[in-house]
Amino acid sequence: MLDIRDVSWSVPAARLLDRVTCSVPRGTLVGLLGPNGSGKTTLLRVVAGLIAPGSGTVTVAGDDVARLPRAAAARRMALLAQYAETDLDLTALDVVLLGRTPHRRSRWSDSDTDRAAAADALERVDMTGYAHRKWQTLSGGERQRLQLARALAQEPQLLLLDEPTNHLDIGHQLQLLHLVRRSGVTTLAALHDLNLAAMFCDLVVVLHHGRVVASGPPVGVLTPALLADVYAVDADVTVHNGHTVITYRTPAA
Amino acid sequence: MVAVVVVLAGGLLLSVAAAVTVGPADLSLGTVWLVITNHLGLTSADVPLLRDHIVWELRLPRVLGAAVVGAGLAASGAVMQTVTRNPLADPYLLGVSSGASLGAVAVLVLGLGAGAAALTGGAFAGALAAFAVVVAAAGRQAVLRPTRVVLAGVAVAQLCAALTSFVIIWAADPHATQSITFWLSGSLARADWAALGWAAPVLAAVFAVILWFARALNAFAFGEEAAAALGVAVGRVRWLLLVTTALLTAVLVAISGAIGFVGLLLPHAARRFTGPDHRRLLPIVVLAGAIFLIWVDTAARTLFEPRELPVGVLTALLGVPAFVLLLRRRDGNA
Repeated sequence: MLDIRDVSWSVPAARLLDRVTCSVPRGTLVGLLGPNGSGKTTLLRVVAGLIAPGSGTVTVAGDDVARLPRAAAARRMALLAQYAETDLDLTALDVVLLGRTPHRRSRWSDSDTDRAAAADALERVDMTGYAHRKWQTLSGGERQRLQLARALAQEPQLLLLDEPTNHLDIGHQLQLLHLVRRSGVTTLAALHDLNLAAMFCDLVVVLHHGRVVASGPPVGVLTPALLADVYAVDADVTVHNGHTVITYRTPAA
Repeated sequence: MVAVVVVLAGGLLLSVAAAVTVGPADLSLGTVWLVITNHLGLTSADVPLLRDHIVWELRLPRVLGAAVVGAGLAASGAVMQTVTRNPLADPYLLGVSSGASLGAVAVLVLGLGAGAAALTGGAFAGALAAFAVVVAAAGRQAVLRPTRVVLAGVAVAQLCAALTSFVIIWAADPHATQSITFWLSGSLARADWAALGWAAPVLAAVFAVILWFARALNAFAFGEEAAAALGVAVGRVRWLLLVTTALLTAVLVAISGAIGFVGLLLPHAARRFTGPDHRRLLPIVVLAGAIFLIWVDTAARTLFEPRELPVGVLTALLGVPAFVLLLRRRDGNA
């Protein structure tokens, strides 16, 4: 579904992505891991077409993202950011309908298709009763679920998540990733919490200093050696009910 | 929605007709109506020449000027607040009004021309020049960062204000001093058919562009990156809208000077009724802006007869308390 080949991206002072190659097979949830500054967000922005890669190519369902018109790219891929904020007095339904922007058939009215897609998206995040609630009255967890509904209303073939659970408590983190999984949409998700990644991801890709240093199923990738190398942490890795579980140790003085 | 627009459009027509009757010379709605239909060639009723002159040459262009300026400022303000994501943005944010004052004063003092046309031309040129400097100062990064454009606008406005003061003091010309008051506090006394002849088409064209992008403007709700991820060509849309609204503002300022608070407040007030959806907001804010300025200008020219208040003074007197209220309500919501 998504193929990233030899993608590099630099700012004058540093090379933020260095010949990154990886792929996301159809129907899978792939975790993009790595410490702060490893290039996760930059890679997601390149994939979303928000910035053009310095070199290399990104293809989604066979099409080069750099050559897709913006609206066409937004019909293929939806982005869920870490944090969404607005001053405006929007209802939940307004927010979800924003997801219909790239599909506009009319400049003036929302079509029945738009409204049906919005209702369906709300249902998929268990927020059917929330349509007329105001954005400003929603909790952090509800806001992120609503943004997921907005992303689903875009009817994307690929979901891009940029650390979407960062500001949420553990209950809402689990719920959001569960809803993403349940949606069945192919997903590339930058994640900080390695245990969550191990629980929910089919595959993980680990970035370090802009390079891919490991990729594959979490069980094989998340080893004590890799965690020491990439995150500079001392950790025990065990397998519990088929899932990798990481236990950290206090840093040695 | 359609009903509200129809009601407001009716209210605008009624406001135009009613505002024309208000003034030192008593006129009835009937007389106003006859004069207008006479000039449109629909009737050939007998109206005294003096009354005909008052309606057709003095009051009607002024009232229509107020409508055009109010509509344009309100629409530009709504767009500026959205594309800069700054609720305090107004159409003068990019230095356009200060450039206009400088241009007008320069024309006066340097004797570049005489009469209203030269002044208007100077103001328009000054407004465009100021905007060009803002764009150049913001640099190539400006496409990515609207804050840079806003900062450059503030800086250029300060520069123009300083240059204007300098020119006035240097020239020690009472006409220039009088003129600067006009440009700084705004007045519709100079609105005439010639000015309307180019302001109205520009307003119509720019408003059509803005309406075309109503849905794209909605996508800015969660920021420009979110808008881009929703398929909006953010850089292109933002520049197109900034440039067209700056052009419209330059035209309006050349006619009326800088009338404060209309572009800042009307969009906020209208959003209370329409919500933030630009497809509803834009048609309503443009009509509300027209009606608002017609009545404020009518008050400005009649409240203290025979003296006339600059309309900008009155919009500020009404605007500041309303704005403070708005700020307090925002705090209350947060």
